[in-house]
Amino acid sequence: MARNVLVLAEIRNGALRPVSFECIAAGRTVAEGGTVTAALIGEGAGFADDLIHRGADKVVTVTGDGLESYTPDGWVGALQSVCLELKPDVVFLGHTGIGRDLAPRFAMRNTAGMVSDVTDLKLEGDQILFTRPVYAGKAFVTQIVKQGLIVATIRPNNLAALPVDSVRSGNVSEMAAPALDLRTVIKEIVRNTAGGVDLTSAKIVVSGGRGVKSAEGFKPLRELAVVLGAAVGASRAAADAGYCDYAMQVGQTGKTVTPDLYIACGISGAIQHLAGMSASKVIVAINKDPEAPIFKVADYGIVGDLFEVVPLLTQEFKTLLGR
Amino acid sequence: MEILVLLKQTFDTEAKVTVKDGRILDDDATLVINPYDEYAVEEGLKLREAGGGTVTVVSVGGDRVEEALRRALAMGADEAALIEAPAGADEFTTASLLAAWARGKQFDIVLAGNVSVDTGAGQTALRFAEAMNLPHAAAALKLEVAGNKATVHRDAEGDTEVVEVPLPALITAQQGLNEPRYPSVPGIMKAKRKSIARVGAAELGVDAPARTEVTSVFQAQQNRRNTIIKGSPAEQAKQLTELLRGEAKVI
Repeated sequence: MARNVLVLAEIRNGALRPVSFECIAAGRTVAEGGTVTAALIGEGAGFADDLIHRGADKVVTVTGDGLESYTPDGWVGALQSVCLELKPDVVFLGHTGIGRDLAPRFAMRNTAGMVSDVTDLKLEGDQILFTRPVYAGKAFVTQIVKQGLIVATIRPNNLAALPVDSVRSGNVSEMAAPALDLRTVIKEIVRNTAGGVDLTSAKIVVSGGRGVKSAEGFKPLRELAVVLGAAVGASRAAADAGYCDYAMQVGQTGKTVTPDLYIACGISGAIQHLAGMSASKVIVAINKDPEAPIFKVADYGIVGDLFEVVPLLTQEFKTLLGR
Repeated sequence: MEILVLLKQTFDTEAKVTVKDGRILDDDATLVINPYDEYAVEEGLKLREAGGGTVTVVSVGGDRVEEALRRALAMGADEAALIEAPAGADEFTTASLLAAWARGKQFDIVLAGNVSVDTGAGQTALRFAEAMNLPHAAAALKLEVAGNKATVHRDAEGDTEVVEVPLPALITAQQGLNEPRYPSVPGIMKAKRKSIARVGAAELGVDAPARTEVTSVFQAQQNRRNTIIKGSPAEQAKQLTELLRGEAKVI
């Protein structure tokens, strides 16, 4: 069953986000002879070739007043214009800050069904069968959209992107979005993650729990994270104790992460924390208490003092990676 | 100020989730107000305390949801309504029902949680805003209301975005927005005497059958290596780096 797929491509810090390539790959899986079009809103005409090399057939860039920065009214309106023009059967977005904010409104505008935070998908008969976590990963469901437009947000770092094919070519077009009343006004953006790595799409996460003992206790973890190019996370115990910001919290309340490597330092492994990280590909636990439940879900465990072990690890990785 | 809070009842986050016969067992689970919605209730109460008005809480669900609404009343909400959930309802159905119920009523601000800790979909509140043609600001870490404007500090993937929206608007709560209060004993007594308006789905005249369907529920089996690395801290660190590169191949 041929399907035309529209992917919202996203740019962050001057580069296409990997999840956009993952969405295109997902689009190719479900297109079955249909067309995969990537849309870029506000900026990024220079990235069209990269999207085509990753599997898009077409790229449409949408420009208009106030579209340079994300606002719900502006971007939902812009995506809607593309949608009215291309009449896609499927729309994929990254389950990112923008995707999460935009997709439900966009789905409602089209009275469409939507599947959020997809970690896997496959074709089964005439249906696209989506897999997604519930209870932050304590269980999973498979879900279908029964009829009409299919909207889904894809969790970063779960589906494989297609390799770069630099001889692939495609059609690039421009579109002007209609003037819209942008009710939300952005006054200021405070970059808390300057130089840091975004937690939900990081390949490696180094997390601290009650065992870090203080805000300063995160320092060795940050040093390790810098060497590994990792994001720094925390357990609820650490956030509640005021050692770090809630934005860093991983768990059922907090962020759900699925990195390739999760290093839990001084985290006991409460159910609510495990829910947020147990789908990580490889888990390392460093904890003084050999009975800590975190060891049950860990691939590699070190029973020891994180303040001793983590700086030694940082040294080892520096040597190994030549950094 | 007329304040509406959209509320969902969920499992307690410390609860174990068990799947049996293709469904999640919920008979013995402790049910609570979705933690993010609890921040929304608290924020509503704070707004009322600062500027007067009423706080109304509304939910879609079965009889057990009365407990969650009763708790919001005990925290200090003024009124509560429970809309009956049709079988198989999804986010499209729920948002359509909430919008049909809210249409024609006057609200200056609508508050909800950023996401629910059960399905984690994060759709219903934003779909409601779209259906009601309200602007929204999601994942609020701080909310200030002045005149007919709200200024929201919102969590944008770890960065903080400061946005201004005209009221009426929908604002969703992120963790860190506030510290929800515990119901007081007089609050609990008062809540017992309040009635919760029950609304049948049919009387809202909404035809919004679910667009999606859950076809299976399962628990993932993660096979972990469970290797405990022995030795001195220096030996442990060296071995771990080697294993992560050689065996696990993640470095």
